[in-house]
Amino acid sequence: MRLLALIAVILTGGLIIFQTGAFPDFGDANAPANTYLSTYYLEHGQADTHAPNIVTSVLADYRGYDTMFETTVVFAAGLACFFLLRRKKVPGGEPRIYRHMPTGITLRIADGGKLPAEDSEVFRRLDTEFVPQQLIIKNTCRIVIPFIQIFALYVIAHGHYSPGGGFQGGVLLAASIILYAISHDLRRAIRRFSEKTAALMGSLGVLIYAGTGALCLLMGANFLNYKALAPLLGVDAVMARSHGILIVEIGVAFAVMAMIIWIYYNLSSAGKHDEGL
Amino acid sequence: MIPIDLAILTLVTISGIGALAIKDLLGAAIVFSAYSFLMCLAWAIMGAVDVAFTEAAVGAGVSTIFCVAAVFHTTRRTKD
Repeated sequence: MRLLALIAVILTGGLIIFQTGAFPDFGDANAPANTYLSTYYLEHGQADTHAPNIVTSVLADYRGYDTMFETTVVFAAGLACFFLLRRKKVPGGEPRIYRHMPTGITLRIADGGKLPAEDSEVFRRLDTEFVPQQLIIKNTCRIVIPFIQIFALYVIAHGHYSPGGGFQGGVLLAASIILYAISHDLRRAIRRFSEKTAALMGSLGVLIYAGTGALCLLMGANFLNYKALAPLLGVDAVMARSHGILIVEIGVAFAVMAMIIWIYYNLSSAGKHDEGL
Repeated sequence: MIPIDLAILTLVTISGIGALAIKDLLGAAIVFSAYSFLMCLAWAIMGAVDVAFTEAAVGAGVSTIFCVAAVFHTTRRTKD
């Protein structure tokens, strides 16, 4: 059976590679893909939307409908992980490990033992897997995380002018929280960015996107035709499209950030949101 | 002198096969991350900077973390 599969794969792959010879050359101006819509985007993109980065204007303006459902797919993926993995926390059952901060002694408290207060500064809870004192890692991450977040905000805000946009910026924001969860521990990350926040932010992101579209509809234009927002934003039609792209990108960033963090919480703690990677 | 796109394409193939062949799943996740990073370089050489950025952030970054998190809670050994 495996041999048969191998033969099938080699045959299909060989056919595909053989056929690539018939493709147009890289960057060929007469290729079918470059003769139909691409020329319009390249010639009118900046005049229409005031966005020098044509990729962004295509992604969020000309094909905004497509991107809206991409955002919805990300949201659905987060929800799917939640429904599949999330479990209720069972109190007790497993031993817990605490570190006494002044002396550095590690205590193992068996099930049913007296536990220190949740926010105690003297006793700090550790994961049951061995965790060494990672002073350098913790402090390095603490310094790096704000810069990652600033860069992420730059990427979102400058999606019109440089590579980037909502998806990339959202992923970077999520990465900063995940870095915090890895370098410290999952419980602290959840205390800063809770599950509820993630769910609300994700829904809010999709709502911002779809709501912008619906607002255009209310203003008497087509769905996601940002030109209609011009009177609301107090600018001309071209700048309204530019601002519309930004609003939509912020929605995308919200949804992507919240969902990636949420998926990470569920995956890394097997749905218990207690001890994680 | 080998052209850089050809060199990267070769490395992409090698790391792709490597990610499939490695028995240790954690190792496979890391090699897959390397594959993503090389793909990111390939996109950047072709001039698709937006795609390269996404590939670097999602492919090499977040999806590797997801794989590692999944391996952390299941097993490191593959059966086939």
